[in-house]
Amino acid sequence: TGHGKIDEELLDDLEAILLSADVGVKTTGKLMQNIKAAIKKNEIQTADQLKPFLQDQINSILTGGETDGGKDYPAPFIIMVVGVNGVGKTTTIGKLGHYYRQQGRKVLLAAADTFRAAAIDQLEIWAGRTGAELIKHSEGSDPAAVAFDAVQAAKARKADVLIVDTAGRLHTKSNLMDELKKIRRVIAREIPDAPQETLLVLDATTGQNAVNQARTFGDVVQVSGVVLTKLDGTAKGGVVIAVKEELGVPVRWIGIGEGMDDLRPFDAAEFAGALFADK
Amino acid sequence: MVFEGLADKLQQTFKKLRGRGKLSEADVNEAMREVRMALLEADVNFKVVKDFISRIKERAVGQEVMESLTPGQYVVKIVNDELTNLMGGTQSRITISSKPPTVVMLVGLQGAGKTTTAGKLAHYLKKQNKRPLLVAADIYRPAAIKQLEVLGEQLEIPVFSLGDRENPVTIAQKAIQRALAYANDIVIIDTAGRLHINEELMQELKSVKQAVKPHEILLVVDSMTGQDAVTVAENFNQQLGLDGVILTKLDGDARGGAALSIKAVTGCPIKFAGMGEKLDALEPFHPDRMASRILGM
Ligand SMILES: Nc1nc2c(ncn2[C@@H]2O[C@H](COP(=O)(O)OP(=O)(O)OP(=O)(O)O)[C@@H](O)[C@H]2O)c(=O)[nH]1
Ligand SMILES: Nc1nc2c(ncn2[C@@H]2O[C@H](COP(=O)(O)OP(=O)(O)OP(=O)(O)O)[C@@H](O)[C@H]2O)c(=O)[nH]1
Ligand SMILES: [K+]
Ligand SMILES: [Mg+2]
Ligand SMILES: [Mg+2]
Repeated sequence: TGHGKIDEELLDDLEAILLSADVGVKTTGKLMQNIKAAIKKNEIQTADQLKPFLQDQINSILTGGETDGGKDYPAPFIIMVVGVNGVGKTTTIGKLGHYYRQQGRKVLLAAADTFRAAAIDQLEIWAGRTGAELIKHSEGSDPAAVAFDAVQAAKARKADVLIVDTAGRLHTKSNLMDELKKIRRVIAREIPDAPQETLLVLDATTGQNAVNQARTFGDVVQVSGVVLTKLDGTAKGGVVIAVKEELGVPVRWIGIGEGMDDLRPFDAAEFAGALFADK
Repeated sequence: MVFEGLADKLQQTFKKLRGRGKLSEADVNEAMREVRMALLEADVNFKVVKDFISRIKERAVGQEVMESLTPGQYVVKIVNDELTNLMGGTQSRITISSKPPTVVMLVGLQGAGKTTTAGKLAHYLKKQNKRPLLVAADIYRPAAIKQLEVLGEQLEIPVFSLGDRENPVTIAQKAIQRALAYANDIVIIDTAGRLHINEELMQELKSVKQAVKPHEILLVVDSMTGQDAVTVAENFNQQLGLDGVILTKLDGDARGGAALSIKAVTGCPIKFAGMGEKLDALEPFHPDRMASRILGM
């Protein structure tokens, strides 16, 4: 881009940037319409106004719903973490546990993924690393029972934060989604309003399927926010724009690595900027 | 099922064309616009889509179409042909070495499904009377070794591990010795998930490759992957020289455009499809069937 005239080729380039960032054909179409309208109305006059205009649009879609870190809730603040297979749920829980531990809070982790091989061991290692306590049953046991015990333990031990890990599951599998509903119900029965936060973990490398994931998990367990992981790679995670716009679910956190410090509160402006960073 | 949405869309588009006797260039353009949208929604890489559409357009406005009695159907046939080509034509298998053990190394991004797929592949080959050995070469991820050991136990397939203190090169080398000593004819190496841009960890894979010369280096790819699939596959391919791809999580509703894109860009064939979390949920990948399925034909 330069100061020069806005031509078809320039607009095509912008469209390509959005599409290659997984913004999706529908949302990209809308954003491009807005640009064309702004050009018509003379709100955009030179080429170098194009990217800032787009970033602004994206920023305003994504702004709202930033995390307050659970400050305003009475203890125990219960976070349930859900998502499809392999997106980074357990790792994110380790990072979140570390985040709250650093604030000097007492953290409990619940190993309610009783299905995947060594999922409990994995969370146990994270508990050890972060100084959180772990509530676990044996592999193959009922995840809702783990959640129940964890809530009891959180109350009895006066934990500040309880984070519940769940097994990865594709949103299309209704029996597994029912199981998730049951876990949530068990938690809510013990503490009204809980879980106060239900985080859907989305992998930034995921394409348009993330919209389906957000829609179905949202319907089943009332997702309150998204964690966008693996932003340390080359994927941009642009599909969260559609997730926010179409479903109203905000991004709360981003994951930028495999270590326990690799979690950041989501920053809409920074995210919007990064979509165009290397272009 | 996967790809269904795309098939529906293309069918709707071509239903409109099918009725007509003759196609105008405007008709073809309109149809191609919809094909483009559908492919993009299916996460096919936008550059791949661009090439694909222009190839089809070229053929669709050509003489052969205009002269055919049912031009709409002819265009559908062209799309199907080109899609099949893009997917790689016929089924590709893994190479079994005449001098055992055959060494297979699974690589890919974090969480793609490598460890699970290692178990599935071992199970698949065991059913074909092979004697696989699983190798735990992920020394980084918490409980990665344990995960493979649990799978090995469930499958009654041996798992070779030296814990997480030895480096993957040594682990792989010793695993081969163990396979030779115990007559394991297939060695399947599970590696840690890594980013294609992480030079240190990519170098580690190159070193393993150099040390044990795998017959098959397979990239494991999540079928939900979006536009990044091409970048990832290109990078792994350039650095390691891939022999093929295994697509996972095809049991969901992802359209799986990554499959099309990777094949088109790297030329690497897709060899297997993961169809679930269970250890028997691995199938050989059939590109021709898949292409037909995309179009619902
Ligand atoms: N590069 C990178 N890798 C990540 C990030 N978050 C998680 N991972 C890695 O992704 C892989 C999967 O992470 P898990 O936390 O096991 O994912 P999960 O969603 O719990 O997986 P299942 O329980 O099997 O569904 C691991 O190798 C993690 O180290 C991230 O932000 N960046
Ligand atoms: N539904 C479904 N889940 C799968 C499939 N293949 C693997 N998974 C799940 O995906 C998640 C990640 O699988 P892993 O095998 O741990 O992935 P990985 O690539 O080894 O992960 P890292 O070692 O952390 O990089 C697990 O929950 C698996 O059960 C599949 O074909 N379908
Ligand atoms: K993934
Ligand atoms: Mg997990
Ligand atoms: Mg693994």
